[in-house]
Amino acid sequence: MPFSRAINAGLRAAMTASDRVLLMGEDIGKLGGVFRVTEGLQAEFGDRRVLDTPLAESGIVGTAIGLAMAGFRPVIEIQFDGFVFPAFDQITTQLAKMTNRHEGALSMPVVIRIPYGGHIGAVEHHQESPEAYFTHTAGLRVVSPSTPNDGYWMIQDAIASNDPVIFLEPKAKYWMKGEVDTAARAIDLHASRVVRRGTDVTLVGHGAMVTTLLQAAALAESEGTSCEVIDLRSLSPVDYAPILDSVRRTGRMVYAQEAPGFTSVGSEVAATVMERAFYALEAPVLRVSGFDVPFPPAKLEGAYLPDADRILEAVDRALAY
Amino acid sequence: MTPLEDTASTPVTAADPALVRVLDADGAFAPTPAAEPYLDLVASLSDADFEIFYRDMAVIRAFDQQATNLQRQGQLALWPPSYGQEAAQVGSVHAARTQDHLFPSYREHVVTRVRGVDPIDIIRLMRGLTHGGWNPFDPKNGNTHIYTLVLGAQTLHGTGFGMGLVFDGRCGTGDPERDEAVIVYYGDGASSQGDVHEAMVFANSYQTPEVFFLQNNQWAISVPVATQSRSPLHRRGAGYGMPSIPIDGNDVIASWAVTRRALDEARAGHGPRAIEALTYRLGAHTTSDDPTKYRTGDEEESWRRRDPIARMKTFLLGRGASEAFFADVEAEAAAVADDVRTRTNALGGLERGDMFAHVYSEPHPLVDEQRRWLDDYEASFEGGAS
Ligand SMILES: Cc1ncc(C[n+]2csc(CCOP(=O)(O)OP(=O)(O)O)c2C)c(N)n1
Repeated sequence: MPFSRAINAGLRAAMTASDRVLLMGEDIGKLGGVFRVTEGLQAEFGDRRVLDTPLAESGIVGTAIGLAMAGFRPVIEIQFDGFVFPAFDQITTQLAKMTNRHEGALSMPVVIRIPYGGHIGAVEHHQESPEAYFTHTAGLRVVSPSTPNDGYWMIQDAIASNDPVIFLEPKAKYWMKGEVDTAARAIDLHASRVVRRGTDVTLVGHGAMVTTLLQAAALAESEGTSCEVIDLRSLSPVDYAPILDSVRRTGRMVYAQEAPGFTSVGSEVAATVMERAFYALEAPVLRVSGFDVPFPPAKLEGAYLPDADRILEAVDRALAY
Repeated sequence: MTPLEDTASTPVTAADPALVRVLDADGAFAPTPAAEPYLDLVASLSDADFEIFYRDMAVIRAFDQQATNLQRQGQLALWPPSYGQEAAQVGSVHAARTQDHLFPSYREHVVTRVRGVDPIDIIRLMRGLTHGGWNPFDPKNGNTHIYTLVLGAQTLHGTGFGMGLVFDGRCGTGDPERDEAVIVYYGDGASSQGDVHEAMVFANSYQTPEVFFLQNNQWAISVPVATQSRSPLHRRGAGYGMPSIPIDGNDVIASWAVTRRALDEARAGHGPRAIEALTYRLGAHTTSDDPTKYRTGDEEESWRRRDPIARMKTFLLGRGASEAFFADVEAEAAAVADDVRTRTNALGGLERGDMFAHVYSEPHPLVDEQRRWLDDYEASFEGGAS
């Protein structure tokens, strides 16, 4: 099943399980969203459960907060990553802090789905990686599935969470097919997962970059280097146990991400691993990331986005220590 | 006259023919033509109701002055006085029914107290003991939501809540004992925020049972309302497709009557309404502010003559209210102010671990780990050094 259909199926399952779940966003009803993730859901559940909202991001998030106060579990779609910023205030000063400001008397079960990242050659403001803004904000949980199976289960887990969840969907993966096991729940929403075993270098990343890491690992293997690949899955909180366990065996780690590197998820994970596994490390933890520039025009995204070669270059550097 | 000069007049005046006022500045019963449709409602009020209005205004003014003093004495980090705005608040809050939800900004001390919120809970917020202070869903707080310091943000929360009422069929059933509505309070400065615009768009799209209650107290800190709008703010309502009515915000009876009707209509399923209450904050914006820097003594004096409490007192005296009544109110006001002072002084501090509480509803490893770290770190000093 393609990733976008898997999320669609997960949304359907959550909406069937509870009539308090409702979807809100721009063009998500009749059209099914610009990426068709919500296709068919309005026809199935009606326009009171799947709302084509006015074109107002702050309004969507702010009213979802009020709906959560009224006992609903809203799932919002932000049409593209670059358009989340008009809602940034409501997300960071309101949504993230509501439970804290109410001294625990209130929970905020709101999910904000954001298609994010590059690889689709889109125009400006349609390919960004804003994850660090949200991981920096206490009170938010931030996750990013990278496979159809995770898409199916993680969206349901995010909806079940009583905390606000920023749900980052790597838009490069919407058409990627994969097995979805609708019978057996995947691992915990906030667990990281080893997706490939290896002994020489630990490669960690999230979202669309997991595929690139797997490509790099396959290429490395043909050159005799064995890489372990870990999908972070949850960007806040981070599940460090599998990463530390891996690094203690390999002694080397590379983090890869599309987002700019400065004060990013990769920086945080790298720093923590150096604090906690310093004596196991044979080399500094290296980061491969997008550059600290605005996401470039599409014709340059190939040069901006880390690819398998850039990851392998870092692997070589780690091995050379 | 250039076109610019043509529009440069003060955008809101008491001479607006749409203005609803029941009592004139001298406390005489003198309804404006726009008040005519509300006189049946006004006729339903008894002397006992009028006395409650007066009592609430006077008691909260004493509380407000006490809180201002407490701030001056270093007991509070900040205080935003409600001094002068009592009529707009008392009238509107008494118009609400028990089941209605109220979303204040940060100056609605009168509103919160009338709904049952303990004023000490506002003190706790301004003293730096909490970011909220009360649970809106605890029945004793009368569905009154916590203060919001980000201007206009709460207008969306109230609207979303109203959408929830629509979706759940909790309004518009025709049963006024059961149907619910929302009031959201905000200021003239806040009316410039994008969130207020988006809230009005959503409210009208989904026909929320909601009253947007704008307290135009003429100033956003030091910036006059003319900088926020060149036309009377209530006229904006029409652009969104909702009725919008200006009232004399220093007339508690007008505030009650217009809000009562607007809420009843909203509750009955006729969609959102807006009210612009023309009032004035006689005090400073907050205790950090010096109003003499930006406004004249003459202006203050002209509004002082329209003081809502004095106006109501004259009206009550004209209806034969007893001296004993006023003495009783004064005694209650003094007692409430004293009680707040005593309880403020008795407020304890916070445990260091409190900052880690309620960051999330469900356990979060990073927060748990940092709490443990701080405990261990602090414990390392206890008994460690000899
Ligand atoms: C989004 C935002 N910007 C700026 C401020 C700082 N600030 C606090 S109160 C205020 C003026 C508000 O005026 P108004 O809405 O008229 O309400 P009033 O204080 O007069 O009751 C400003 C600028 C704020 N709290 N929130």
